[in-house]
Amino acid sequence: MNLPVRLRPVAFIAVLLIIWQAAVNCHPGQLLPGPWGVVRGINDLLRHGLLLKYVVASLFRVTWGFLLAAVIAIPLGLAIGWYRRAEMAFNPLVQIFRPISPLAWIPIAILWFGVGDLAAIFLIFVGCFFPLLVTAMSAVHNVPSVYVNVGRNFGLGTADLVYRVIYPAVVPQLIIGSRITLGIAWLVVVAAEMIAVNSGLGFLIIDARNAGNRYDLVIGGMVIIGTIGLLLDLGMRSLERVKSFRWSYSEN
Amino acid sequence: MSTEALITAPAPGVKLRTEHVGMVFERDGKSVSVLEAIDLEVRDGEFICLVGPSGCGKSTLLNVMGGFLPPTSGSVTIDRELVHGPDPRRILVFQERGVFPWLTVEGNIGFGLSKLSGAERDQRIAHYVQMMRLQGFEQSYPSDLSGGMKQRLQVARALAVNPDILYLDEPFGALDSVTRLIMRGELLRIWQTERRTIIFVTHDIDEAVQLADRVVVLSSRPAKIQDILTIDIAHPRNISSARYLEHRDDLLRKIGLAYTV
Repeated sequence: MNLPVRLRPVAFIAVLLIIWQAAVNCHPGQLLPGPWGVVRGINDLLRHGLLLKYVVASLFRVTWGFLLAAVIAIPLGLAIGWYRRAEMAFNPLVQIFRPISPLAWIPIAILWFGVGDLAAIFLIFVGCFFPLLVTAMSAVHNVPSVYVNVGRNFGLGTADLVYRVIYPAVVPQLIIGSRITLGIAWLVVVAAEMIAVNSGLGFLIIDARNAGNRYDLVIGGMVIIGTIGLLLDLGMRSLERVKSFRWSYSEN
Repeated sequence: MSTEALITAPAPGVKLRTEHVGMVFERDGKSVSVLEAIDLEVRDGEFICLVGPSGCGKSTLLNVMGGFLPPTSGSVTIDRELVHGPDPRRILVFQERGVFPWLTVEGNIGFGLSKLSGAERDQRIAHYVQMMRLQGFEQSYPSDLSGGMKQRLQVARALAVNPDILYLDEPFGALDSVTRLIMRGELLRIWQTERRTIIFVTHDIDEAVQLADRVVVLSSRPAKIQDILTIDIAHPRNISSARYLEHRDDLLRKIGLAYTV
Protein backbone atom coordinates (compact mmCIF):
# COMPACT_ATOMS: atom_id res chain seq x y z
CA MET A 1 0.00 0.00 0.00
CA ASN A 2 1.46 3.34 -1.05
CA LEU A 3 -0.27 6.23 0.73
CA PRO A 4 0.84 9.82 0.07
CA VAL A 5 3.00 11.03 3.00
CA ARG A 6 0.47 13.67 4.04
CA LEU A 7 -2.32 11.13 4.38
CA ARG A 8 -0.37 8.74 6.58
CA PRO A 9 -1.09 10.47 9.93
CA VAL A 10 -4.79 10.67 8.99
CA ALA A 11 -4.86 6.99 8.14
CA PHE A 12 -3.09 6.16 11.40
CA ILE A 13 -5.62 8.13 13.45
CA ALA A 14 -8.47 6.44 11.55
CA VAL A 15 -7.04 3.04 12.40
CA LEU A 16 -6.78 3.99 16.09
CA LEU A 17 -10.40 5.19 16.08
CA ILE A 18 -11.57 1.94 14.54
CA ILE A 19 -9.67 -0.09 17.18
CA TRP A 20 -11.15 2.14 19.90
CA GLN A 21 -14.69 1.64 18.55
CA ALA A 22 -14.17 -2.12 18.20
CA ALA A 23 -12.82 -2.39 21.77
CA VAL A 24 -15.83 -0.48 23.15
CA ASN A 25 -18.19 -2.72 21.16
CA CYS A 26 -16.55 -5.85 22.61
CA HIS A 27 -16.78 -4.61 26.21
CA PRO A 28 -19.76 -2.28 26.47
CA GLY A 29 -19.59 -0.64 29.86
CA GLN A 30 -19.08 2.61 31.69
CA LEU A 31 -15.31 2.88 31.47
CA LEU A 32 -15.05 4.79 28.20
CA PRO A 33 -17.50 5.91 25.51
CA GLY A 34 -16.65 5.02 21.92
CA PRO A 35 -15.64 7.57 19.30
CA TRP A 36 -19.07 7.45 17.76
CA GLY A 37 -20.62 8.27 21.14
CA VAL A 38 -18.23 11.21 21.45
CA VAL A 39 -19.24 12.53 18.04
CA ARG A 40 -22.93 12.29 19.05
CA GLY A 41 -22.13 14.10 22.30
CA ILE A 42 -20.39 16.96 20.47
CA ASN A 43 -23.36 17.09 18.14
CA ASP A 44 -25.71 17.38 21.15
CA LEU A 45 -23.68 20.32 22.44
CA LEU A 46 -23.77 21.98 19.04
CA ARG A 47 -27.53 21.63 18.77
CA HIS A 48 -28.08 23.16 22.20
CA GLY A 49 -25.79 26.07 21.27
CA LEU A 50 -23.57 25.25 24.22
CA LEU A 51 -20.41 24.39 22.34
CA LEU A 52 -19.97 27.77 20.66
CA LYS A 53 -20.88 29.55 23.88
CA TYR A 54 -18.30 27.64 25.92
CA VAL A 55 -15.55 27.97 23.32
CA VAL A 56 -16.11 31.72 23.12
CA ALA A 57 -16.13 31.99 26.93
CA SER A 58 -12.80 30.14 27.23
CA LEU A 59 -11.15 32.07 24.40
CA PHE A 60 -12.40 35.35 25.89
CA ARG A 61 -10.70 34.61 29.22
CA VAL A 62 -7.48 33.41 27.63
CA THR A 63 -7.31 36.45 25.37
CA TRP A 64 -7.72 38.95 28.19
CA GLY A 65 -5.53 37.15 30.69
CA PHE A 66 -2.78 36.69 28.13
CA LEU A 67 -2.95 40.23 26.72
CA LEU A 68 -2.96 41.86 30.16
CA ALA A 69 0.05 39.78 31.17
CA ALA A 70 1.86 40.58 27.90
CA VAL A 71 1.22 44.33 28.15
CA ILE A 72 2.61 44.46 31.69
CA ALA A 73 5.21 41.69 31.80
CA ILE A 74 7.02 42.31 28.50
CA PRO A 75 7.92 46.01 28.99
CA LEU A 76 8.69 45.32 32.65
CA GLY A 77 10.90 42.35 31.78
CA LEU A 78 12.75 44.33 29.10
CA ALA A 79 13.38 47.17 31.56
CA ILE A 80 14.51 44.84 34.34
CA GLY A 81 16.77 42.95 31.96
CA TRP A 82 18.31 46.16 30.67
CA TYR A 83 19.15 47.66 34.04
CA ARG A 84 21.45 45.33 35.90
CA ARG A 85 20.58 46.86 39.26
CA ALA A 86 16.84 46.38 38.72
CA GLU A 87 17.53 42.79 37.89
CA MET A 88 19.49 42.23 41.09
CA ALA A 89 16.56 43.66 43.04
CA PHE A 90 13.72 41.85 41.25
CA ASN A 91 15.24 38.53 40.31
CA PRO A 92 14.92 36.77 43.70
CA LEU A 93 11.26 37.74 43.87
CA VAL A 94 10.63 36.50 40.34
CA GLN A 95 12.38 33.22 41.07
CA ILE A 96 10.20 32.64 44.15
CA PHE A 97 6.90 33.38 42.39
CA ARG A 98 7.73 31.59 39.16
CA PRO A 99 7.54 27.97 40.38
CA ILE A 100 4.16 28.50 42.08
CA SER A 101 1.49 26.84 39.96
CA PRO A 102 -1.15 29.33 38.83
CA LEU A 103 -3.70 26.89 40.29
CA ALA A 104 -2.39 27.64 43.78
CA TRP A 105 -3.84 31.11 43.27
CA ILE A 106 -7.42 29.79 42.86
CA PRO A 107 -8.54 30.47 46.47
CA ILE A 108 -7.06 33.97 46.36
CA ALA A 109 -8.61 34.60 42.95
CA ILE A 110 -12.07 33.64 44.23
CA LEU A 111 -11.57 35.63 47.43
CA TRP A 112 -10.62 38.76 45.50
CA PHE A 113 -12.84 38.50 42.43
CA GLY A 114 -15.61 36.05 43.39
CA VAL A 115 -16.78 33.26 41.10
CA GLY A 116 -16.79 34.63 37.57
CA ASP A 117 -14.82 35.81 34.56
CA LEU A 118 -12.53 38.09 36.54
CA ALA A 119 -11.23 35.27 38.72
CA ALA A 120 -10.48 33.10 35.67
CA ILE A 121 -8.83 35.98 33.84
CA PHE A 122 -6.72 36.70 36.90
CA LEU A 123 -5.53 33.08 37.05
CA ILE A 124 -4.54 33.13 33.40
CA PHE A 125 -2.83 36.46 33.96
CA VAL A 126 -0.78 34.98 36.80
CA GLY A 127 0.01 31.90 34.73
CA CYS A 128 1.28 34.02 31.81
CA PHE A 129 2.95 36.83 33.72
CA PHE A 130 6.06 35.07 34.99
CA PRO A 131 6.94 33.11 31.84
CA LEU A 132 6.62 36.31 29.80
CA LEU A 133 8.62 38.32 32.32
CA VAL A 134 11.46 35.79 32.32
CA THR A 135 11.39 35.55 28.52
CA ALA A 136 11.69 39.33 28.16
CA MET A 137 14.48 39.54 30.74
CA SER A 138 16.58 36.87 29.08
CA ALA A 139 15.78 38.23 25.60
CA VAL A 140 17.47 41.52 26.53
CA HIS A 141 20.50 39.66 27.87
CA ASN A 142 20.81 37.73 24.64
CA VAL A 143 21.00 40.83 22.45
CA PRO A 144 24.56 40.69 21.06
CA SER A 145 26.54 43.64 22.40
CA VAL A 146 27.66 44.37 18.84
CA TYR A 147 24.15 45.58 17.98
CA VAL A 148 24.09 47.91 20.96
CA ASN A 149 27.55 49.24 20.12
CA VAL A 150 26.56 49.86 16.51
CA GLY A 151 23.49 51.75 17.71
CA ARG A 152 25.58 53.90 20.04
CA ASN A 153 28.15 54.45 17.30
CA PHE A 154 25.48 55.94 15.04
CA GLY A 155 24.57 58.35 17.80
CA LEU A 156 21.35 56.79 19.10
CA GLY A 157 20.04 58.03 22.45
CA THR A 158 18.44 55.62 24.92
CA ALA A 159 14.90 55.93 23.51
CA ASP A 160 16.07 55.37 19.93
CA LEU A 161 18.35 52.56 21.03
CA VAL A 162 15.39 50.75 22.59
CA TYR A 163 13.07 51.40 19.65
CA ARG A 164 15.49 50.78 16.77
CA VAL A 165 17.89 48.16 18.18
CA ILE A 166 16.78 46.43 21.38
CA TYR A 167 13.15 45.99 20.41
CA PRO A 168 13.73 44.50 16.93
CA ALA A 169 16.50 42.33 18.36
CA VAL A 170 14.25 40.75 21.01
CA VAL A 171 11.06 40.31 18.95
CA PRO A 172 11.89 36.79 17.68
CA GLN A 173 12.57 35.56 21.21
CA LEU A 174 9.39 37.22 22.46
CA ILE A 175 7.41 35.42 19.77
CA ILE A 176 8.77 32.04 20.87
CA GLY A 177 8.11 32.89 24.52
CA SER A 178 4.59 34.08 23.72
CA ARG A 179 3.85 30.90 21.83
CA ILE A 180 4.86 28.76 24.79
CA THR A 181 3.01 31.03 27.20
CA LEU A 182 -0.20 30.92 25.19
CA GLY A 183 0.02 27.15 25.49
CA ILE A 184 0.26 27.56 29.27
CA ALA A 185 -2.74 29.91 29.25
CA TRP A 186 -4.78 27.33 27.41
CA LEU A 187 -3.84 24.72 30.04
CA VAL A 188 -4.69 27.05 32.91
CA VAL A 189 -8.08 28.15 31.59
CA VAL A 190 -9.42 24.60 31.70
CA ALA A 191 -8.39 24.15 35.32
CA ALA A 192 -9.61 27.61 36.29
CA GLU A 193 -13.01 27.00 34.72
CA MET A 194 -13.48 23.80 36.68
CA ILE A 195 -13.60 25.79 39.89
CA ALA A 196 -13.93 29.51 39.41
CA VAL A 197 -16.74 29.90 36.85
CA ASN A 198 -19.93 28.37 35.44
CA SER A 199 -19.10 28.31 31.76
CA GLY A 200 -16.30 27.43 29.37
CA LEU A 201 -14.71 24.18 28.24
CA GLY A 202 -13.26 23.37 31.67
CA PHE A 203 -16.69 23.81 33.22
CA LEU A 204 -18.18 21.64 30.46
CA ILE A 205 -15.94 18.74 31.43
CA ILE A 206 -16.49 18.94 35.18
CA ASP A 207 -20.23 19.62 34.77
CA ALA A 208 -20.71 16.69 32.36
CA ARG A 209 -19.26 14.40 34.99
CA ASN A 210 -21.05 15.87 38.02
CA ALA A 211 -24.45 16.31 36.40
CA GLY A 212 -24.90 12.87 34.97
CA ASN A 213 -21.74 10.97 34.22
CA ARG A 214 -21.82 12.04 30.58
CA TYR A 215 -18.36 10.77 29.72
CA ASP A 216 -19.07 11.22 26.02
CA LEU A 217 -19.23 14.97 26.73
CA VAL A 218 -16.06 14.79 28.88
CA ILE A 219 -14.10 13.23 26.01
CA GLY A 220 -15.81 15.56 23.53
CA GLY A 221 -14.65 18.55 25.60
CA MET A 222 -11.11 17.18 25.63
CA VAL A 223 -11.11 16.79 21.85
CA ILE A 224 -12.32 20.36 21.39
CA ILE A 225 -9.67 21.68 23.82
CA GLY A 226 -6.93 19.81 21.97
CA THR A 227 -8.09 21.04 18.59
CA ILE A 228 -8.30 24.70 19.64
CA GLY A 229 -4.92 24.49 21.39
CA LEU A 230 -3.41 23.17 18.17
CA LEU A 231 -4.99 26.01 16.16
CA LEU A 232 -3.67 28.62 18.61
CA ASP A 233 -0.18 27.20 18.30
CA LEU A 234 -0.35 27.15 14.51
CA GLY A 235 -1.44 30.79 14.60
CA MET A 236 1.54 31.78 16.74
CA ARG A 237 3.86 29.72 14.56
CA SER A 238 2.82 31.66 11.48
CA LEU A 239 4.35 34.76 13.09
CA GLU A 240 7.73 33.04 13.02
CA ARG A 241 7.61 33.08 9.24
CA VAL A 242 7.49 36.88 8.96
CA LYS A 243 10.60 37.89 6.99
CA SER A 244 11.98 40.52 9.33
CA PHE A 245 11.65 38.14 12.32
CA ARG A 246 12.94 35.05 10.62
CA TRP A 247 16.65 35.85 10.91
CA SER A 248 17.07 34.47 14.40
CA TYR A 249 15.65 31.09 13.44
CA SER A 250 18.14 30.67 10.61
CA GLU A 251 20.99 31.84 12.87
CA ASN A 252 23.19 33.66 10.40
CA MET B 1 44.40 67.15 37.39
CA SER B 2 42.26 67.01 34.29
CA THR B 3 43.48 64.97 31.38
CA GLU B 4 42.98 67.94 29.10
CA ALA B 5 45.93 69.70 30.69
CA LEU B 6 48.21 66.89 29.60
CA ILE B 7 47.54 67.39 25.92
CA THR B 8 50.29 69.09 24.06
CA ALA B 9 49.81 70.67 20.66
CA PRO B 10 49.86 68.00 17.95
CA ALA B 11 51.82 68.30 14.74
CA PRO B 12 49.82 69.79 11.84
CA GLY B 13 47.83 67.25 9.83
CA VAL B 14 47.40 64.95 12.80
CA LYS B 15 43.90 63.51 12.89
CA LEU B 16 44.00 61.18 15.86
CA ARG B 17 46.40 61.11 18.71
CA THR B 18 46.69 58.71 21.62
CA GLU B 19 48.68 59.94 24.52
CA HIS B 20 50.01 57.42 26.99
CA VAL B 21 46.88 55.31 26.73
CA GLY B 22 46.74 52.54 29.30
CA MET B 23 44.00 50.02 29.95
CA VAL B 24 43.61 47.82 33.00
CA PHE B 25 40.73 45.34 33.31
CA GLU B 26 39.50 43.97 36.61
CA ARG B 27 38.84 40.25 36.30
CA ASP B 28 37.91 38.08 39.28
CA GLY B 29 39.48 40.60 41.61
CA LYS B 30 42.75 40.63 39.66
CA SER B 31 43.87 43.54 37.53
CA VAL B 32 45.04 42.64 34.05
CA SER B 33 46.98 45.27 32.19
CA VAL B 34 46.04 45.16 28.51
CA LEU B 35 47.47 48.37 27.07
CA GLU B 36 50.49 50.24 28.32
CA ALA B 37 51.60 53.72 27.38
CA ILE B 38 50.36 53.79 23.79
CA ASP B 39 51.55 56.96 22.07
CA LEU B 40 50.47 57.20 18.46
CA GLU B 41 49.76 59.94 15.96
CA VAL B 42 47.64 59.21 12.91
CA ARG B 43 47.66 61.71 10.07
CA ASP B 44 44.54 62.81 8.25
CA GLY B 45 43.74 60.40 5.42
CA GLU B 46 46.30 57.87 6.55
CA PHE B 47 45.78 54.09 6.36
CA ILE B 48 47.11 52.51 9.55
CA CYS B 49 47.22 48.80 10.31
CA LEU B 50 47.52 47.55 13.88
CA VAL B 51 49.12 44.11 14.05
CA GLY B 52 50.23 41.97 16.94
CA PRO B 53 49.85 38.53 18.47
CA SER B 54 46.26 37.41 19.03
CA GLY B 55 44.79 38.52 22.32
CA CYS B 56 47.37 41.28 22.69
CA GLY B 57 44.86 44.09 22.91
CA LYS B 58 44.58 45.34 19.32
CA SER B 59 40.79 45.35 19.48
CA THR B 60 40.85 46.97 22.90
CA LEU B 61 42.98 49.78 21.52
CA LEU B 62 40.55 50.20 18.63
CA ASN B 63 37.61 50.32 21.04
CA VAL B 64 39.38 52.93 23.13
CA MET B 65 40.06 55.02 20.02
CA GLY B 66 36.43 54.63 18.98
CA GLY B 67 35.22 55.84 22.37
CA PHE B 68 33.55 52.55 23.31
CA LEU B 69 35.92 52.00 26.24
CA PRO B 70 37.27 54.83 28.35
CA PRO B 71 41.02 54.32 28.85
CA THR B 72 42.20 53.72 32.41
CA SER B 73 44.94 56.28 31.87
CA GLY B 74 45.99 58.65 29.12
CA SER B 75 43.76 60.16 26.48
CA VAL B 76 42.61 59.96 22.88
CA THR B 77 42.07 63.14 20.92
CA ILE B 78 40.63 63.57 17.45
CA ASP B 79 41.05 66.96 15.78
CA ARG B 80 42.38 68.16 19.16
CA GLU B 81 39.09 67.23 20.80
CA LEU B 82 39.06 64.70 23.63
CA VAL B 83 37.14 61.51 22.76
CA HIS B 84 34.39 60.92 25.33
CA GLY B 85 32.28 58.25 23.64
CA PRO B 86 31.27 56.78 20.31
CA ASP B 87 30.42 59.33 17.65
CA PRO B 88 28.84 59.01 14.18
CA ARG B 89 31.82 60.94 12.76
CA ARG B 90 33.91 57.82 13.20
CA ILE B 91 32.42 54.39 12.62
CA LEU B 92 33.66 51.02 13.77
CA VAL B 93 33.21 48.04 11.46
CA PHE B 94 33.03 44.73 13.32
CA GLN B 95 34.33 41.34 12.29
CA GLU B 96 31.00 39.56 12.57
CA ARG B 97 27.31 40.20 13.26
CA GLY B 98 27.77 43.90 12.60
CA VAL B 99 24.79 44.28 10.28
CA PHE B 100 21.26 44.30 11.65
CA PRO B 101 19.57 41.06 10.56
CA TRP B 102 16.07 42.53 10.92
CA LEU B 103 16.72 45.25 8.35
CA THR B 104 17.06 44.88 4.59
CA VAL B 105 20.22 45.99 2.78
CA GLU B 106 18.58 49.38 2.22
CA GLY B 107 17.45 49.59 5.81
CA ASN B 108 20.95 48.85 7.06
CA ILE B 109 22.66 51.41 4.83
CA GLY B 110 20.04 54.01 5.79
CA PHE B 111 20.34 53.24 9.52
CA GLY B 112 22.43 56.30 10.34
CA LEU B 113 20.58 58.60 7.94
CA SER B 114 17.32 59.17 9.81
CA LYS B 115 17.99 62.91 10.04
CA LEU B 116 18.13 63.32 6.25
CA SER B 117 15.06 63.93 4.08
CA GLY B 118 13.59 60.88 2.35
CA ALA B 119 14.90 61.85 -1.08
CA GLU B 120 18.39 62.57 0.20
CA ARG B 121 18.46 59.31 2.11
CA ASP B 122 17.35 57.29 -0.92
CA GLN B 123 20.01 58.93 -3.02
CA ARG B 124 22.73 58.24 -0.45
CA ILE B 125 21.59 54.62 -0.14
CA ALA B 126 21.59 54.14 -3.92
CA HIS B 127 25.09 55.62 -4.13
CA TYR B 128 26.56 53.20 -1.60
CA VAL B 129 24.61 50.22 -2.90
CA GLN B 130 26.37 50.86 -6.18
CA MET B 131 29.77 51.59 -4.69
CA MET B 132 29.71 48.38 -2.64
CA ARG B 133 28.26 46.38 -5.56
CA LEU B 134 25.08 45.34 -3.79
CA GLN B 135 22.74 46.10 -6.71
CA GLY B 136 19.81 43.73 -6.95
CA PHE B 137 19.97 42.98 -3.21
CA GLU B 138 18.43 46.23 -1.93
CA GLN B 139 15.40 44.42 -0.51
CA SER B 140 17.28 41.32 0.72
CA TYR B 141 17.85 40.53 4.36
CA PRO B 142 21.39 39.78 5.59
CA SER B 143 20.52 36.10 6.09
CA ASP B 144 20.32 35.86 2.28
CA LEU B 145 23.76 37.46 1.75
CA SER B 146 27.19 35.84 1.65
CA GLY B 147 29.80 36.69 4.30
CA GLY B 148 31.63 39.02 1.92
CA MET B 149 28.42 40.84 1.01
CA LYS B 150 27.56 41.30 4.68
CA GLN B 151 30.92 42.95 5.28
CA ARG B 152 30.49 45.14 2.19
CA LEU B 153 27.09 46.08 3.57
CA GLN B 154 28.63 46.99 6.91
CA VAL B 155 31.22 49.19 5.21
CA ALA B 156 28.46 50.78 3.09
CA ARG B 157 26.43 51.59 6.20
CA ALA B 158 29.53 53.13 7.81
CA LEU B 159 30.45 55.22 4.76
CA ALA B 160 26.87 56.41 4.28
CA VAL B 161 27.09 58.69 7.33
CA ASN B 162 30.22 60.27 5.86
CA PRO B 163 32.57 59.59 8.76
CA ASP B 164 36.09 60.98 8.77
CA ILE B 165 37.59 57.95 10.47
CA LEU B 166 36.82 54.31 9.76
CA TYR B 167 37.87 51.78 12.39
CA LEU B 168 37.93 48.23 11.11
CA ASP B 169 38.29 45.36 13.58
CA GLU B 170 39.55 42.37 11.57
CA PRO B 171 36.71 43.00 9.14
CA PHE B 172 37.71 40.26 6.70
CA GLY B 173 38.91 37.75 9.29
CA ALA B 174 35.90 35.45 8.91
CA LEU B 175 36.00 35.37 5.10
CA ASP B 176 37.64 32.85 2.80
CA SER B 177 40.99 33.86 1.33
CA VAL B 178 39.76 34.72 -2.17
CA THR B 179 36.93 36.90 -0.87
CA ARG B 180 39.40 38.50 1.52
CA LEU B 181 41.68 39.48 -1.35
CA ILE B 182 38.78 40.98 -3.31
CA MET B 183 37.59 42.90 -0.22
CA ARG B 184 41.03 44.41 0.29
CA GLY B 185 40.98 45.68 -3.27
CA GLU B 186 37.54 47.19 -2.72
CA LEU B 187 38.61 48.86 0.50
CA LEU B 188 41.67 50.40 -1.17
CA ARG B 189 39.51 51.61 -4.05
CA ILE B 190 37.17 53.34 -1.59
CA TRP B 191 40.01 54.73 0.46
CA GLN B 192 41.58 56.22 -2.67
CA THR B 193 38.34 57.79 -3.89
CA GLU B 194 37.00 59.01 -0.54
CA ARG B 195 40.22 59.59 1.42
CA ARG B 196 39.12 58.80 4.93
CA THR B 197 41.46 58.01 7.76
CA ILE B 198 41.42 54.25 8.24
CA ILE B 199 42.62 52.34 11.27
CA PHE B 200 42.57 48.64 10.55
CA VAL B 201 43.18 45.84 13.04
CA THR B 202 44.46 42.57 11.61
CA HIS B 203 46.61 39.60 12.56
CA ASP B 204 47.38 38.94 8.90
CA ILE B 205 50.89 40.17 7.94
CA ASP B 206 50.14 40.16 4.20
CA GLU B 207 46.97 42.11 4.72
CA ALA B 208 48.88 44.78 6.62
CA VAL B 209 51.64 45.10 4.00
CA GLN B 210 49.11 45.20 1.16
CA LEU B 211 46.97 47.91 2.71
CA ALA B 212 48.79 50.18 5.11
CA ASP B 213 50.75 53.40 4.84
CA ARG B 214 52.17 52.52 8.23
CA VAL B 215 52.00 49.30 10.20
CA VAL B 216 51.94 49.60 13.97
CA VAL B 217 53.36 46.46 15.60
CA LEU B 218 52.07 45.78 19.09
CA SER B 219 53.83 43.50 21.55
CA SER B 220 52.07 40.73 23.44
CA ARG B 221 50.03 41.66 26.49
CA PRO B 222 50.26 44.21 27.95
CA ALA B 223 50.46 45.71 24.48
CA LYS B 224 53.07 48.36 23.84
CA ILE B 225 54.01 49.83 20.51
CA GLN B 226 57.00 47.77 19.54
CA ASP B 227 57.66 49.22 16.14
CA ILE B 228 56.12 51.31 13.40
CA LEU B 229 56.89 50.40 9.78
CA THR B 230 56.32 52.72 6.88
CA ILE B 231 55.30 50.87 3.71
CA ASP B 232 56.43 53.24 0.96
CA ILE B 233 55.05 51.35 -2.02
CA ALA B 234 52.51 53.04 -4.28
CA HIS B 235 49.16 51.37 -4.92
CA PRO B 236 48.38 49.10 -6.64
CA ARG B 237 51.05 47.06 -4.93
CA ASN B 238 52.68 44.17 -6.71
CA ILE B 239 52.61 41.45 -4.09
CA SER B 240 55.44 39.48 -5.66
CA SER B 241 57.82 42.42 -6.10
CA ALA B 242 61.12 42.43 -4.23
CA ARG B 243 60.12 45.62 -2.44
CA TYR B 244 56.90 44.09 -1.13
CA LEU B 245 58.62 40.89 0.01
CA GLU B 246 61.31 42.92 1.75
CA HIS B 247 58.68 44.78 3.78
CA ARG B 248 56.85 41.58 4.52
CA ASP B 249 59.96 39.80 5.77
CA ASP B 250 60.84 42.82 7.84
CA LEU B 251 57.41 42.79 9.46
CA LEU B 252 57.51 39.04 9.97
CA ARG B 253 60.84 39.38 11.79
CA LYS B 254 59.39 42.02 14.03
CA ILE B 255 56.28 40.04 14.77
CA GLY B 256 58.46 37.01 15.42
CA LEU B 257 60.25 39.05 18.03
CA ALA B 258 56.92 40.12 19.44
CA TYR B 259 55.89 36.49 19.82
CA THR B 260 59.05 35.55 21.68
CA VAL B 261 59.09 38.45 24.13
